[in-house]
Amino acid sequence: MTGLAKKVVREWLDGLGRGTILCGEIFSSIFTVKLSGRDLLYQMYFIGVKSQSVVGITGAFTGMVLCYQTFVEFHKVKMDTATLAVVSVGLGSQLGPVLTGLMVAGRVGAAIAAELGTMRVTEQIDALRTLATHPVDYLIVPRFLAMLLVMPVLTAGSICVGIMAGYLVGVFLLGINSTGLWYNMLHYTHLNDMLVGMIKTFIFGAIIAVIACYKGLNCTEGAQGVGQATTEAVVYSSISILITNFFLTMVLNRLLP
Amino acid sequence: MIEVRNLNKSFGALRVLQGVSFSIAKGEALTVIGASGGGKSVLLKLLIGLICPDDGEVRIEDVNIAGLDERQLLKVRRKFGMLFQGAALFDSLTVEENIGFILNRERTLRPAEIATRVAEVLELVGLSGIEKKWPSELSGGMRKRVGLARAIIYRPEILLYDEPTTGLDPIAADAIDQLIIRVVEKLKVTSIAVTHDMRSARRIGKRILMLYRGSIYADKTPDDLFKSTDPVICRFVNGISDAREDAFV
Repeated sequence: MTGLAKKVVREWLDGLGRGTILCGEIFSSIFTVKLSGRDLLYQMYFIGVKSQSVVGITGAFTGMVLCYQTFVEFHKVKMDTATLAVVSVGLGSQLGPVLTGLMVAGRVGAAIAAELGTMRVTEQIDALRTLATHPVDYLIVPRFLAMLLVMPVLTAGSICVGIMAGYLVGVFLLGINSTGLWYNMLHYTHLNDMLVGMIKTFIFGAIIAVIACYKGLNCTEGAQGVGQATTEAVVYSSISILITNFFLTMVLNRLLP
Repeated sequence: MIEVRNLNKSFGALRVLQGVSFSIAKGEALTVIGASGGGKSVLLKLLIGLICPDDGEVRIEDVNIAGLDERQLLKVRRKFGMLFQGAALFDSLTVEENIGFILNRERTLRPAEIATRVAEVLELVGLSGIEKKWPSELSGGMRKRVGLARAIIYRPEILLYDEPTTGLDPIAADAIDQLIIRVVEKLKVTSIAVTHDMRSARRIGKRILMLYRGSIYADKTPDDLFKSTDPVICRFVNGISDAREDAFV
């Protein structure tokens, strides 16, 4: 049992060390190696444009259910028109970035880990290295930067769709006064709520990119290795997002009250 | 040009290479033979710095690459071209993009010049006109030829071949052997091939190293190796599984 615990801790520390080295290489490459604009644009398209629908649907239904559930409780104390403010603040600072992060981890994180893992087991990454190209420069940096640039846009879109969906449910399904609903939403939603959400999603994007790339680059041989790398990329990214969200919420609420 | 000194490599408890030392002169055509899993591909990857040795030196033109980091190795690797066992073509790129990959990355040539160079090497490997095809549309032999075209387009000084004929039918294997001989003669490169295909080893190498139990067992010309009466060499070149089978041959 002690041996197993030691092995797990050693593997975890080894992974943490390798991940840190990868982060160092990414930042070094960003500032020293010229980036291909074509590769960056393609990754922005793949991560951003192709994730729009899934992120939009997530935002819409989260906004709708949040609006409905909030209305049920607020109606008891005659605070119907405050419903959309809860939706707005909740989506802007918490649910928007977290759910977008989880959806992107599932869609894009899995795809990145599977693609890089397959490249590794078919020796394409070794081939890249023999062609005097650093895998971090060619494969990782475009994905990392694209993720940083695209995540805030996806999250902002998801929040907007969620608020609009909540507004439609509130006005047309629940019969809440539309002017009061909209006025209270604007009154109680502050710029800092949205700023907190944007900072969070930027960090979540970095987490997904680093974990997915690390898992892909270090995947073990065979189809099983690629499958395991893909699963671990999604699971570790999702858990990291949830844990990081808690600490970020504590820190950012102090910095941006 | 290449000097290997007392090279050791282990994976966990498995010692793959033990005290391997040899040198290769410029323009020499060397073949490394040995049993499957005997460390041939590991040796090739150590020569180009894809994996690090546990101990020993790999000197490329008097530079010991064993102590270099990945970015320093990139400059050394510019001297090398490598054909992988499965060709390792980038499956998200067309044949043209695969072959012109390094030139497109370096951005020293105009796209039209790169296209001309791609057409030239495709002609050299006998595959003119397939620039727009995808790797998934190619047969095993064609993939190896495209892999070779990608390895030679930037005119490296050293070419490495990892099992160039493995998985090919005898005719395709013969075509690859002929192509390797033609490329070595035309480009005047140093060539190192690892294989367990004895026919191929005899044809493409002017000198053969035999790896046995992690060490160099023989370093001979093809003729001397194939005439050898040493039981280990005899069994290997004639494909005899163990000593008991000798009685039946």
